[in-house]
Amino acid sequence: MTDVLGPRIPDGEIPIVPMRKWGRWVSAGIILLLVIVFVMSMRHAQIAWGDIPKFFTYHTMIVGMYMTVLLAVVCQALGIVLGVIVAIMRRSSNPVIKWSAWFYIYIFRGLPALLQLYIWYNLALAFKTLGIPHLFSVSTNSVMTAFVVGVLGLGLNESAYYAEIVRAGFNSVDHGQIEAASSIGMKPSQAMRRVILPQAMRVIIPPTGNDFINMLKGTSLASVVGFHELILSSTDIYSANFRIMETLMAAALWYMVLVSLASIGQYFIEKKFATDRSDPSSMSMGKTVRRSLSMRGVFHLSERNPGVAL
Amino acid sequence: MSSPLVRALNVHKRFGRLEVLKGINLDVEAGQVVCLLGPSGGGKSTFLRCLNHLEKIDAGSIWVDGVPVGYRLDGGKFHEIRERDVALQRTHIGMVFQRFNLFANRTAIENVMEGPVYVLRQSASAARETAERLLTQVGMMNWADRYPAQLSGGQQQRVAIARSLAMNPKLILFDEPTSALDPELVGEVLSVMRDLAQGGMTMIVVTHEVGFAREVADKAVFMFDGTLVEEGAPAEVFSNPRHERTQQFLSKVL
Ligand SMILES: Nc1ncnc2c1ncn2[C@@H]1O[C@H](COP(=O)(O)OP(=O)(O)O)[C@@H](O)[C@H]1O
Ligand SMILES: [Mg+2]
Repeated sequence: MTDVLGPRIPDGEIPIVPMRKWGRWVSAGIILLLVIVFVMSMRHAQIAWGDIPKFFTYHTMIVGMYMTVLLAVVCQALGIVLGVIVAIMRRSSNPVIKWSAWFYIYIFRGLPALLQLYIWYNLALAFKTLGIPHLFSVSTNSVMTAFVVGVLGLGLNESAYYAEIVRAGFNSVDHGQIEAASSIGMKPSQAMRRVILPQAMRVIIPPTGNDFINMLKGTSLASVVGFHELILSSTDIYSANFRIMETLMAAALWYMVLVSLASIGQYFIEKKFATDRSDPSSMSMGKTVRRSLSMRGVFHLSERNPGVAL
Repeated sequence: MSSPLVRALNVHKRFGRLEVLKGINLDVEAGQVVCLLGPSGGGKSTFLRCLNHLEKIDAGSIWVDGVPVGYRLDGGKFHEIRERDVALQRTHIGMVFQRFNLFANRTAIENVMEGPVYVLRQSASAARETAERLLTQVGMMNWADRYPAQLSGGQQQRVAIARSLAMNPKLILFDEPTSALDPELVGEVLSVMRDLAQGGMTMIVVTHEVGFAREVADKAVFMFDGTLVEEGAPAEVFSNPRHERTQQFLSKVL
């Protein structure tokens, strides 16, 4: 028998020799070399590294950092609210509403954010005053502060992108879910609130974190319309002390801090929403369900029905 | 003589150029079980969906409990009604789907409570009491807090039946309720349906389960290419189908 089947099978435990992963060693060597070259050249660079912490904590820099966060949060919030509304409008059976929403996305997503900022910034050239004729009016320049220009320019642009994210989320919900909602007599608005939106969340949430990280950096565009976020604060600082590279490095450090914090937040939010209850393989029964529920605080099963155990 | 609970009169439906329903007439008395049989693509699902206005009909009329579905009769004309008013009509017409369509983000009992709480505006405790009774009735009380993804197809379908019962409908439409099930799970769903029929529920059931139709149905109806070609008492039509297409169809499924 052994002659036919090949070599005799040795007795006892047969040791396993792992494959040599040469590729890893080679790539590690190349990367190490590049890092050494980079560090060496940085040591020769005309940058006073020791001064960066000082600029990092400059009052002007800190205020700029707060303004960056403020603008990003407000723009993202506006983007989410308008984006959801526009996405719902795109599902409307009323063709006027549907195509207005399409056109809104077409315009605000199509034009560069920088161009939109400039247009809002220069609005007073086209309209001296804003308001309703004979009722009230205000001077455009008094309304269009740098902050408002930033919010309109970046927030509306974001809302157009976000509407597409929400739309993809809606489309991810099986049509049978909507029919089931109709069949028990839910109105379309109820089906949206109770069935479609909650299930679309799983698809909508992850890109939201991505968008916010982009928004944090995107607020730098608002510097061109005079909003004192991190970039404009930095240029203010270095035009006074001429320590350009050091100031920019401090700003870069702030962006890294903000983006890192946002990434951590995104990680936790994603983890919370990732429990896909329509996919049994993504969780074990019982415990995971109860944990994810108590975390979401949406359903309080144990409270409502203490008698039934999972 | 009282009018039937469901009356379909000369119902026509087309999708683009394809005429799917070519003048359907059907009466269903209260408490009757009608089984709708026929080959795939014949328009059975479409007809069922027209009955609760998930599809809009192109001609004819559908009456449930004396009221036209999807329209208001005024001055000799049918006026389309708003979606929210159609929704109100649908609360009286239950529907059970081939693919169950339980709300994936809600547990079994939450699925059953959803309509009573958010559509009928019952209190959560009253709805829970009803839901527990119905889940017990379909043998699913032990799985009340499971999510649909954690249930077998047969279990999901039984919860789906409980969900439509919770609305206290006058009529339940079943669209191939056992076609997506593994063979060994078909029996548990059919047995729930049999109990419902015995309890006097009016049911229109699209099915390929000839055994079930023969045993439970008051009337069997055959649909081919958008027309009803034969209807009658199951004992009669299954044994002596008059129409040639019915004979061919039955020889394949029996
Ligand atoms: N929404 C739709 N759009 C276009 N064609 C459809 C649609 N729904 C069903 N049909 C067509 O209508 C015909 C009848 O389908 P259906 O009612 O599902 O038949 P059955 O349930 O008897 O198998 C089929 O040819 C199908 O392709
Ligand atoms: Mg069908």
